Amino acid sequence: MNKTRTSGRTIGGLRTLSLQAPAVSLLFLWMIVPLAMTVWFSLQRYNLLMPGMTGFAGLENYEYLFTDPALWSAMGTTLLMVGWVLVITVVGGTLLAVLFQQEFMGQGIARVLAISPFFVMPTVSALVWKNMMMHPANGVLSWVAELFGLPAVDWFSSLPLTSIVIIVAWQWLPFALLILLTAMQSLDEDQVEAARMDGAGPIAIFFFITLPHLKRAISVVIMIEMIFLLTIFAEIFVTTSGGPGLATTNLAYLIYIRALLDFDVGLASAGGVIAIILANIVAIFLVRMVAKNLES
Amino acid sequence: MTTARTKSLSGAAVPGVQRSPLTDALLNRRLWLTVLGWTVAVLIFFPIFWMVLTGFKTETEAIAEPSLIFSPTLESYAEVQQRAGYAKFALNSVVVAFGSTLLALLIAIPAAYSMAFLPTRRTKGTLLWMLSTKMLPPVGVLVPIYLLFRDTGLLDTRTGLIIVYTLMNLPIVVWMLYTFFKDMPKDILEAGRMDGASTLQEVLYLLLPLTLPGIASTGLLSVILSWNEAFWSLNLTSSNAAPLTAYIASFSSPEGLFWAKLSAASTMAIAPILVFGWLTQKQMVRGLTFGAVK
Repeated sequence: MNKTRTSGRTIGGLRTLSLQAPAVSLLFLWMIVPLAMTVWFSLQRYNLLMPGMTGFAGLENYEYLFTDPALWSAMGTTLLMVGWVLVITVVGGTLLAVLFQQEFMGQGIARVLAISPFFVMPTVSALVWKNMMMHPANGVLSWVAELFGLPAVDWFSSLPLTSIVIIVAWQWLPFALLILLTAMQSLDEDQVEAARMDGAGPIAIFFFITLPHLKRAISVVIMIEMIFLLTIFAEIFVTTSGGPGLATTNLAYLIYIRALLDFDVGLASAGGVIAIILANIVAIFLVRMVAKNLES
Repeated sequence: MTTARTKSLSGAAVPGVQRSPLTDALLNRRLWLTVLGWTVAVLIFFPIFWMVLTGFKTETEAIAEPSLIFSPTLESYAEVQQRAGYAKFALNSVVVAFGSTLLALLIAIPAAYSMAFLPTRRTKGTLLWMLSTKMLPPVGVLVPIYLLFRDTGLLDTRTGLIIVYTLMNLPIVVWMLYTFFKDMPKDILEAGRMDGASTLQEVLYLLLPLTLPGIASTGLLSVILSWNEAFWSLNLTSSNAAPLTAYIASFSSPEGLFWAKLSAASTMAIAPILVFGWLTQKQMVRGLTFGAVK
């Protein structure tokens, strides 16, 4: 009796192992090989333009990186980009979720229109904004400004960081809206009705019922967005190329410059290690939260 | 009275029945909500609308003062198709997005099956570990992947992109399938087993048909993410394997201000994905949040 049960479990275990093996081993390789190489390269003197100069560099690359003003400027830019996009998308997304949860005519179609930007590829949205929306002479925004008698703004030269933030926020606002709308669906209508009977106004209902209900979903949105926003790349690549100067160079773009334009493998890898550490600080919280959800 | 109120709530005026002030207030509120909701939706959608419109203008009209009145032309569409080799880039996008999705589904279905129906003590840990591989920022491993691809001849090949996208989306695909499989009543599989179905038969004839909508939306999310991916495509491809994301980026050069052509090419590039997105928006949330928001 006991024996059969043990063998049954082993067979089940073996089956599980063989079914999961491809996925697990591929992902393991995908994670560990490049990671190990990045860490290894970051400790090497390795520039593709100088084939003779190789060898162990110790922490030289990190030393150089940390004394390079470009790194600190890039960190600051990354922080500003992530911070502003988060504020706009989370606050905007919450308000929009409340709005689109209400019943009105053609609500379904309006909702679909509002989440559409999330499905537009980043190079398209960046170029459409850069040219047709924000062009200082012929863009729609300057035309609107003129309509109100305001001076036209040369977005990408006078407000480069703001311009990137607007584009990225436009792409991620629908993401926040989509997630929060889904979360709204599980809001207990009876509870809202009861609060209304007790004389609670819409603002009180929002702050004391809706917002606490959305708390979890909002933190999920923040964490997932952070992971993606830490490495915004395409939007910068096709609009400002990190300029003017270093005004829109974030950490991802700086690593790209060091790696594929300066060919400094060692330095770029050291930057990569820093990016990985930053992303993982955020990730720990996300994984914890998902784990908690898995238990319930 | 009750019937009258329910009817006016649904929006239709009921003739012959006097409306109470309450229903008037409700109708008023709905009118305002409609105006507000549509204004916001149209503002958010406007850049896409404007892009589609510009695609039907001539280059001179496109760059002139913004205007809604013009005679639509297919000139830009024709030119993009002929001159820029649009078809090649589109084909690259299709091959890469669907190839990587099929591959990811093939690898993920057995894994998700075993996690949902044969869970062990390690299942939860494995799922979380898979999620954590998503946290490795692509830019952190750009250098080694670039060098590995250069040395193995995968640089600027569709195969190379398919490999990267498959691995990039695998955790999301496993997670999403897992949540769909878990929602399926276990009794059905149990009954199949009683009737003598083998594991393979069980998967092919019971599990896959019953969870097809879930598998389809998982596949669509994977297609959308691969189609729109623009970090690896910009860094790992140049002329041969460049998908649409990279092709559109070539319009950014300062000497090439061809707004109408850019718009026509962009409209074609995003149209199919926009439709996929509309179709799967509800199920997609599971995959995007790893089941943390349902």
